[in-house]
Amino acid sequence: MRDTPAIETERLTKSFGPTRALAGLDLVVPRGGILGLLGPNGAGKTTAVRVLATLLRPDSGRARVLGADVVSQAGDVRRRIGLTGQYAALDDYLTGRANLVMIGRLARLTRSQARRRADELLDRFDLAGAAGRAVKTYSGGMRRRLDLAASLIGHPEVLFLDEPTTGLDPRSRAVMWEIIRELAAEGTTLLLTTQYLDEADQLASQVAVIDAGRVIAEGSPDQLKAKVGEDLIVVQLAPGPELDAAVAVVGGQTTGPVDADPARRLITARMPAREGITTDVVRALDVAGIRVSSVTLRRPSLDDVFLILTGHRAAAPQSAPGGGDAGQEAETGQQEGEAA
Amino acid sequence: MTTATISQAPRRTASRLSNLRWLVSDVAVLAKRSLARIAREPETLMDVTIQPILFVLLFAYVFGGAIPLPSGGNYHEYLIGGMLAMGLAATAPGTAVALVSDMSTGLIDRFRSLPTSRAAVLAGRTVSDLVTQVIGTAVVAGVGLAIGWRIHSSVGDAVTAFGLALLFGYAFTWLGAFLGMVLRSPEAAQQMGFVLFMPLLFVSNAFVPTQSMPGWLQPVAEWNPMSALAAASRHLFGNPNPAASVQSWPMQHPELAVLGWSAALLLVFAPLAVHLYRRKAR
Repeated sequence: MRDTPAIETERLTKSFGPTRALAGLDLVVPRGGILGLLGPNGAGKTTAVRVLATLLRPDSGRARVLGADVVSQAGDVRRRIGLTGQYAALDDYLTGRANLVMIGRLARLTRSQARRRADELLDRFDLAGAAGRAVKTYSGGMRRRLDLAASLIGHPEVLFLDEPTTGLDPRSRAVMWEIIRELAAEGTTLLLTTQYLDEADQLASQVAVIDAGRVIAEGSPDQLKAKVGEDLIVVQLAPGPELDAAVAVVGGQTTGPVDADPARRLITARMPAREGITTDVVRALDVAGIRVSSVTLRRPSLDDVFLILTGHRAAAPQSAPGGGDAGQEAETGQQEGEAA
Repeated sequence: MTTATISQAPRRTASRLSNLRWLVSDVAVLAKRSLARIAREPETLMDVTIQPILFVLLFAYVFGGAIPLPSGGNYHEYLIGGMLAMGLAATAPGTAVALVSDMSTGLIDRFRSLPTSRAAVLAGRTVSDLVTQVIGTAVVAGVGLAIGWRIHSSVGDAVTAFGLALLFGYAFTWLGAFLGMVLRSPEAAQQMGFVLFMPLLFVSNAFVPTQSMPGWLQPVAEWNPMSALAAASRHLFGNPNPAASVQSWPMQHPELAVLGWSAALLLVFAPLAVHLYRRKAR
């Protein structure tokens, strides 16, 4: 049993009315390490987590956690997992400590074990000072930390984190990242969903990109970035008819597909790691007599990942209601730097 | 995988007892959780403390003088049986509201991802509501004593009266739990509570003898479980009980009627609520 994967799904499907949240999801997560489930709103991330945490029954396909089936052996699964959802699942009126003790008791710890474990986690997550205060007085970052502590109380072997940093300020986000790394170092298997490419890059040892309920790309963050490229070059053409010519010129200087947006007169292309590439592009455009209003560089956004992996933009708006993913737009820290 | 299934079969039957032990433990933990909130914010108890006191005073000193009892007797003594019934029924919307709120915060998702017994979340809530009902009943009895209500029967009858009342009150919280599983927002649960419980309370003999109601309404009021509960309390406490002269089965056998209503509420709404709770996971 040692070599059974931590998480395994086979052709998992789940629909909510007409919306297909999962459309044949196949995942294998080995023990240890962090799998980042990356996808836009409505891609099925939350649905996948809810099925794996035994909260939802799949329509078809199988899912096993540590070898136990999430439907027929749900009890066995629950004894060995922890779950932190998108919203802190805590009792606002209880103190932080009382919340942890309660959840510890429900996770089958004895009274003294639950108390000891609660104090241990409060210390570890820097909440000991607030342990005696009602949770409703906590800040957003404190609530997330307590929520994470609650999901760790029963020493889970597999931990599910559904968008653990959505809505957090940068400092709280950094603290969460630190905790997540420590947990992985201790041997816990983590599956975390995120809409942020940089979060997956920072934390995950493996990334599965999902779109419309199925995995469209898998690999280490480096492998994924190699596919996407480090930077993108964005050319904004001046008014005029020469779009096709410009695409040809840019394509000649860069590698991979060139995306042209005729309406906005924007050309986006992968930027090969070559010295002086921006200058080359600008010069080539100039030689061809194409007038340009700006040339910018930016880091690839989640949208670009999708564009490059699938050839279409992330289909967030039309599939959004499906998995109950948070109603937050995919913000992808765009860094723009004038280069011309 | 086959070997795992075979080796698990005997363990499952042997663990029936430990499952029951865990259910009791989980219910206790969850009931304690709800009660801890009351300890922290005692004002949440207003609906079973201040509200019944106001109603007792309102009916004893404002409306009561205008309500003659057909069999004669003191209205203040008559009133308390009805007030007990009202106090108990009034907690059920609270049960629904609390469960709907928990559902919407994701806390119940967390409980469900733990190896917690499936029925424990609902049972924990109803048990803690039973504790608030005990408090509410004591408050009603206390204010009753202050306005001249007395128990004229034996200790045994009085204990039976309180026991029956709390049994019915507990069974009634399962109707609240059922509503909590059906309704989607705490506001809806609150309004449903009002729509359902106002007629239940007032179309009964809780405050006014049914004899003064129009003929078509009388059977409705007589078969209302609130009437049976109020009549059973009055009968057992030795208080004025005009319902004794009403020729309908529940008014002639109010104690049995209360037992029947309690059993029916428990048998229908407890399994239904637990079933709906489980189905939320699908």
